[in-house]
Amino acid sequence: MSSGQPDFALNDLAGNAHTLPDGKPSLICFVKDDCETCNTAAPVLEAFHRAYGSKLTVLLIAQSGEANAEFAARHGLSMPVLDDSACKTAFGWDIESVPSLFWLDAEGGVRTKFEGFIRSDWEALAADLSGATSLPAAQVDWGSLPAWRPGCGSKHLEPSVFDKLQAEAEGSPIRARRIEVASGDDVAEFMFDQGFSDGLPLVPPTPERVMRMLGGTHRDSQEVVATVPPNMGEATIEKIAINAVMAGCKPEYMPVIIAAVEAVCTDEFNIHGVTATTMGAAPVMVVNGPIRDRIGMAKGLGALGAGNRANATIGRALRLVVRNVGGATTGGVERSTLGNPMKFTMCFAEHEERSPWPALHVERGFEPEDSVVTVFAMTGGPVHIVDQTSRAPDQIAGSLGLGLEGVFLPKLHNLPIDALLVVCPEHLDTLTREGEYSKDRLRDRIQDVTMRPLSEMVQDARSGAGIPPETAAGMSAEALAQPVPKFAGKEYIHIVVAGSDAGKFSSAFHGWATGAVGSISVSKKIDIG
Amino acid sequence: MTTILDPTDERKPVERQITPRSGSLSGVIGLLDISKPRGNVFLDALEQLLAKKLPDVTLKRFMKPTFAKPCPDPLRRQMRDECNFVIEALAD
Repeated sequence: MSSGQPDFALNDLAGNAHTLPDGKPSLICFVKDDCETCNTAAPVLEAFHRAYGSKLTVLLIAQSGEANAEFAARHGLSMPVLDDSACKTAFGWDIESVPSLFWLDAEGGVRTKFEGFIRSDWEALAADLSGATSLPAAQVDWGSLPAWRPGCGSKHLEPSVFDKLQAEAEGSPIRARRIEVASGDDVAEFMFDQGFSDGLPLVPPTPERVMRMLGGTHRDSQEVVATVPPNMGEATIEKIAINAVMAGCKPEYMPVIIAAVEAVCTDEFNIHGVTATTMGAAPVMVVNGPIRDRIGMAKGLGALGAGNRANATIGRALRLVVRNVGGATTGGVERSTLGNPMKFTMCFAEHEERSPWPALHVERGFEPEDSVVTVFAMTGGPVHIVDQTSRAPDQIAGSLGLGLEGVFLPKLHNLPIDALLVVCPEHLDTLTREGEYSKDRLRDRIQDVTMRPLSEMVQDARSGAGIPPETAAGMSAEALAQPVPKFAGKEYIHIVVAGSDAGKFSSAFHGWATGAVGSISVSKKIDIG
Repeated sequence: MTTILDPTDERKPVERQITPRSGSLSGVIGLLDISKPRGNVFLDALEQLLAKKLPDVTLKRFMKPTFAKPCPDPLRRQMRDECNFVIEALAD
C-alpha cells in the first residue's frame, strides 16, 4: 500500500478474497442493506461499474451479512460485493454513514469522497470518472433520482459493535490476557471453574464491556493504582475495570472503585491482615460527597442493603479486585473461621442531607464538595440497635451506647477497637429535639453509659474472657472498682447518618484489631477527572 | 466463542523448592513469636526442650511486631542471615 486508506482482506459473495486495489484506480462504496439511501445509490453504482469498470475497480463493502446477497440481487449488481459485517474495514476507514463513497487513484490516494446521496455530487463524479477514464458517461436517469437524501449511520458506530472494534484495534487500551471460551462452554460456569467468583454469578468481562467500563474514568488504562496483597498483584485501571464488569458495575462507578482500591491497599488499612484474619473482617465502604447522588447510591431507605446497584456492585468490585488481582482466595490466604456476608459487598452512602453534623469526610479533613470514600475494617454488622420508646436526647444516646456494648463481647471494655455507628433519621430527630446534640456529645454519652468497674471484666465461672485472676489478684480493691468505658478512647467511635425517615432502628459495625497492629480506617478523595 | 479478559494479575506464583532435609539439627535455630497471646509460653517451653535435647545448637528468639500483618522484610532477612532453621509459633 502506498498511501491513504488502510488495506483490507474481505470476501465477496462467492467467497473470493479481495484486498484494496493496488496499481489501479478504484471506486469503493460502503453500503448496508436496510439503508434506503444505499438502495437509491446501488443502481447508480452498478451503472458506474458497467461504464468505467474496464479502467476502474468498483467494489462495494457491505455491512449486512447474509442480507448482502439480497442487496446485490435486488439491484442486479455485477461488481464484487464484499462482506464487512464485522465492520472492521468501516472502523479502519473511519466512515460515519453509508453510503460512503471513495474514488481512489492508482496509488491509493483519495481523489473524491462523500457520504449520503447528493445528486449533484454523484452526477459530477460521473462526469469526472468519464473524463479520467476517457470512457462514455454512465447511463443514469438522474432526473428520476432524489436531489438529496441523507445516509444512515454506519453499523460499526452502533455502541456494541464500536466498543468491540475499539477493544480489538491497534493502540487499544486493553492489554489483559484474552481468554477464549469455547462456544460449547457456558461462560458463567467457566468463570466459576477458574475461581474468579466470590460464589455469585459474574458478568462476563468481554473486551467491549471493559472498554465501556474504562470510559468511566479519565485515567490511563495501564496506570498502576496499587499493589494488592497478598500476591502484590498490580491493580491497573484496566484490571479494576475487568473486575468491575464482573461485579455488575456501571462505568460511572469506576472513580469510586479506584479510590477504594487505593484506600484498602495502604499500609494503614492492611488489606492483607483484613483478608487473612480468622476473625472474618471485611472492608466497609462509606461514600460521601456529590458523587453519591450522581451515581444513584442508596443513602436513605435500605442503604445498608439490598436492592441498590451502586451500593451492591461497588463493594463487590472491590472484593473481586482483592480476590483476583491480590490472589486472596477463600481457603487460601482468606482464612476466616466463619466468614462474613460483608465479604461479598458492604458499601453505602452517608445521608449528609439528613444529618445536622459535619459529614464523615468533612470530619476527616476534606471539603464538603469533595467526593470521598472511607474504608473501615469491620468484623460484625450491621447489628441493629432497637429503641422505639426513648423520647429524650440522652435516653436515645444512652441506647446507642448500650447497643455498642456487644463489640467483641459485652463483658470486654476499654477496647482499642473501632466501631462505626449508623444513626437513623428518627433516632437523630430524638437526639436533636431539644437543640444541638453534637457527635462529640454522643460519643461522650456512649462512653458514659458503658462505664463498668474493672471487677466485672475479671475471668470467672460465667465467662473466662477478660482480666486473668492472677492479674486481678495483684490489683487493689480501689483499682478493681474503677469504672472503664466500652472504648479505650472516644476516637474509636465513628458516626454517620443513613436510613429512611421511618423506623427507630440504628445500626453498628463492629471493628477488628484497630491501629498499627491491625487496621486503621482510610479516606481517599475520589478522582472524578 | 466468547472472549473474556483475565481479571487476575496474570502471574503464576514462583515455585519454591524446599531446602533439602539434612535429618539433623545443628547451628542456629530461630524461634519466631508472631505476637499472638501466649505465643511466648509455647516458645519458652519449646526452647527449654530444644536446649535440653540439643545442647550444641544455638537458639535465638525473634518476634513479629503484630500477628495481623506480614513479617517485616528486615526481620525476614535477619532470620535468613542468622539462622539455619526457624520455627514459627502460633498460639492463642
